[in-house]
Order: sequence, then C-alpha cells, then structure tokens
Amino acid sequence: MCGIAGLIHRGKSSKVGHELQGMLQALKHRGEDSTGYALYGETDGKNFIMRFKVGENVGEGSTSVAEDVSVYDERKKIVDSYLAEMGAKIVKEERVLPYSLRYEIQYDKKDLLEFSQKIESIPGVEILSMGKSLEVIKDLGNAKMVCDRYNLDKLVGTHAIGHARMATESGVDIKSAHPFWGYPFSDVSVVHNGQLTNYWNNRRALENKGMRFMSECDSELIAVYLAEKMRDGASLEEGMKESLTGLDGVFTYFVATKDSLGMAKDTMAAKPLVLYESDDLVAMGSEEIAIRSILPQEIDTYDPFDGEVKVWQI
Amino acid sequence: MANIKNVTKKTKAQAMGMHTEVLTGRTQQKFFNPDEAENFYYFGTYDVDFNKRTDLDVKDMTAAEANKEIDNLMSQGYGTIVIKNPQGKHSIGVGILNKLNLIFEGSLGYFGIGSCDGPTVRINGRVGWSCAENLMAGKVVIEKNAGSCFGAAIRGGDLICKGSVGARTGIDMKGGTIIIGGDAGAFTGFMMQRGRIIILGNVGINLGDSMYDGTIFVGGEIGSYGSDAVDAELTKSDQDWLKRKLKVAEIGENFNVSKMKKIVAGKKLWNYDNLEPTEKKGAI
Repeated sequence: MCGIAGLIHRGKSSKVGHELQGMLQALKHRGEDSTGYALYGETDGKNFIMRFKVGENVGEGSTSVAEDVSVYDERKKIVDSYLAEMGAKIVKEERVLPYSLRYEIQYDKKDLLEFSQKIESIPGVEILSMGKSLEVIKDLGNAKMVCDRYNLDKLVGTHAIGHARMATESGVDIKSAHPFWGYPFSDVSVVHNGQLTNYWNNRRALENKGMRFMSECDSELIAVYLAEKMRDGASLEEGMKESLTGLDGVFTYFVATKDSLGMAKDTMAAKPLVLYESDDLVAMGSEEIAIRSILPQEIDTYDPFDGEVKVWQI
Repeated sequence: MANIKNVTKKTKAQAMGMHTEVLTGRTQQKFFNPDEAENFYYFGTYDVDFNKRTDLDVKDMTAAEANKEIDNLMSQGYGTIVIKNPQGKHSIGVGILNKLNLIFEGSLGYFGIGSCDGPTVRINGRVGWSCAENLMAGKVVIEKNAGSCFGAAIRGGDLICKGSVGARTGIDMKGGTIIIGGDAGAFTGFMMQRGRIIILGNVGINLGDSMYDGTIFVGGEIGSYGSDAVDAELTKSDQDWLKRKLKVAEIGENFNVSKMKKIVAGKKLWNYDNLEPTEKKGAI
C-alpha cells in the first residue's frame, strides 16, 4: 500500500511544495519508507534543472550499503567534467545533502538521451529529474521529514505530484522511491500506487528497444513505458490509454509534464483515487483526507471509474 | 468440506500442542433458537430518545475518540446525533448496534458506518471505500458520491447513494438492498450471495460476476455481464417492489421502472435454506 497525491493550479502559482507536503503527510499511514515530490516550479525556462544523486541515503531503514563521502566527491567531480565535455555550463550549483545535488545548467541540445546516458555511465550516479520546470526530490522518511530536509516548503509552482511509499517489491532506497523521471523526456514524472504483474516481460521488451531502467521497482516501468510511447510519437494521453492494456496488474498512477497532469486507473479499479475539480484547482489523492489537508471546507469529490484516463492542462 | 461428525477428533496441529481449542462446527440452526429471541440483546445497547438531539464536532478528534463519544452520547439517551466536521476521516460511526438517528454534516473516508445494526444514518457529503460494510439492519443514505466496495458484505438494511459509486458495489453481499441514484463501477455485485442492488444509471464491466444469488436491477447501460450473470424477466411484482423501494428511499420516485433490466445468477451454485440472522429477527 502506497499513497499518491497531486494538484494542479489553473492560471496561477502557489506554494505547491507546502501543499503537497500536507497532502502526503496526511497519507503517511500508507507508507513512510520514502517520500517523493515532483514539483513544477516557476522558472524563466532558459536553463535545465538537473536533480541527481551520487549516492544513497544509508540512514535507518535503508537497504543501501554505506559509502564514504569522498566517493560522492569523486563522482561529483566526474559529473562536472562530463558536463564540461558535453558543453553544458553549470550556472548554479547546490549540494543539498552529501549525496544529493541540484544543478542549473545551460545546455542547448534538446535530445537528453545522450546527455543522460553519459552522466549515468558513472557508477552510483542517477539523474532524478531533468527539465526546465520539473524538480524531483525523493528520500527516505515521511513527507515532512523530506520536505524539511530539502527545504521544499517555500517552493512556488503550478502543479505537483508526490508519493508516500511502503516498500514491498524492491529496496528501501532513493533509487526505488517515486516519482520516476520519464527518462529521457524533459519535465515528465510519474507516481504509482499498485503492482504491475507483467513487469519483467515489458522491461525486457523495452530494454531491447534501448530504454533504461535504474531500479527494480515495478513503478519505474510506467515512466519508461510512457516515455517509449511518446518517443514513438504518441501524445501523453494516447500513451496513458494504451497503458491500460499494455500494463497488467492493479494500478492508479499520475503523470505530469511541464503544462499538464494526468491520471489513469486500471480496468479492475483495484486502487483508490479521489478527485476534486474546480475552475482553478484540481486535487487528487489516494484518500480524501489528502485533499482535505488543503481544502478543509465542504467540497464535492468523486472516484474516477475503472479504466478511466484524465488529463488536465494548467 | 469439514466433516461435522468428526469435529471432536484432534487435528495434527492440536496433537502437536500448537493450539488447544476444539472447534464445534456450529450450524446456523444451533446458532439461533427462536425460543430464546426475547433474551436476545447486544451488550452495550441503550434506550435512546429520538427527540433528544445533540451536536458533536469531531474536527479535532481521532476516529476512535469520535466513536467513543457517539457511544457516550447514546448512553446518555441521545437518539439524534449530528456529527460536525467529519472531514473525510476514516472509520467513523462504526459498530453501532442501536437504534439511532445519526447525521453527518460532511464527508467520510474509508470504512464509515461499518459493522452497524440498527441506526438510521444520513451523510450530507461523500463516502470513501467500504461504506457500511457488514451492515446488518438500518438505513444509510449518502447524499453525494461513494467510493468502491460500497456495501460490501451487507446482510440487511437499506443502503442508498444518491450519486455515483465506485467498483465492486455490493461485493459479497448476503442480504439487504443497495440503491444507487447515479452510475456504478466495474464488478458491481461481484460474488453477491443474496439481497438486491438497484442502479438507476449506467454500470461498468463484469456486472454480477460470479454471483451466487440475489438480484440486480439496472436502469441504464451495462458495460458487460460477468461470469454466471444472466438476464431475467422483470415481473409485475418486481416493478411494484422497485416503485415502493425507490419511493421510500426518496430517490428516483418517478423513474420508469418498467424499462429496467433484471440480472440474476445463471447457475444455482449453492443452497441457502437457512435464514440470515436479520431475516430471523424480522420473522420474529
């Protein structure tokens, strides 16, 4: 059991970091092994924001092996040298935690595949997100712990999705935490609640087509699956509709892009989702209490039906 | 199937000392003796006055605290309790084995009104998953929408949702009536064993999948039929019953019931010769 939440403000910005923290914290009983945020912030759209990790959180509950900080430093140095080699200029650098970094990068090429492959060829390095608006922040612990650790409370943006994880089929570590970046597409992220039963069949097929997996978490498949569909020319909504038959199992998932947010629910409707829609806000969560954390007044909510796909624009 | 004649024989696990209780394999005939009906009571029930009314604000309470306070108010004789600010909390209004008017001014989360026997409940909002699970008797009215597993395993009473409901409505139900004013999701009536479901709107795929018994009435379109679910003739008596039920439920009173579809189990998978406990109470 995991919890997912999302919100999209239409026509305005808000403190989405703070709002999503409240929503995910309300769902912490669904799992607090790790929590992740995909926040779409206000930027001038000129530079890429790259969130990446050079190691794992090896705190209490982690299934990762401890490494010396000097190893992280060494990996960071290689990342910096590779960026220079590829003509990417670091405009701003922030080392939030010893293993977690945020770079603002000037990079003119649109194809991020080669870029990402180069960076992730460094053992232990993973790009958590790459985009001109998207920032994926994920770590061990509940929503408040992660929010405080990364100072997300004040982040202003238009929309966000997040995930409170109870680890069931893969390790307690950052690489298995949601959201997953829709590698190698800029500004695409996915969170998922459920289990996919045709994970390995799909994974093998996608890997044969050159797609990349960083974890053994079945949820990562959704991000990769949608990325592959979009690579082949499908729209986000078309890819999501195809996923209802292409992915087997029980699932409710959210996917977000720079200017949209979508949800899909499997044909068994086995995983919960509650939706609230108004002219200026759409909020959704595994349980209504997540929505109540930002809308305490009496509101009309509903459950989407089985096999339903919805996409909202900003 | 267990051999009731041999229930006193020790199992291998018992012989190894893993557990010591001896299961008696009690049948329903033994479980309920009509001669003892006048001695039948639930521990902890109260004599309440419906004209004695009070409000209870649960905004800052946990579900356990709220349920305890409802019990406390009933013990003071309050027969009408209005719950303020439920705000989507889970598991509120559960385990009420009493006659009671319970009104929620707001929405409930999961497992609201679970395992109740007797109360009349009105929820002026929405309910999450598994509302009124295991309801034995009473009436529950939801003014807006409901989540999945609405009325799971109910054995009696009337459960009414004026809006739409999620998937698996009436799953495993063993009695009672569920009435939906709007649409219903997939697997409605999944493995239902008794009782009736009325849906005025459309219903999703796999309607009545693996149903053993019971009847489903649908006013709108059906996504698909589940295994073992088949159409049946809508009789005059069915129509009369539907009209009465919709009128009492204050929902779809002018609905044209003659055009409803009636769905039943296509195979007789089991015999239900024994009355359910609520039906026995009604018979007494």
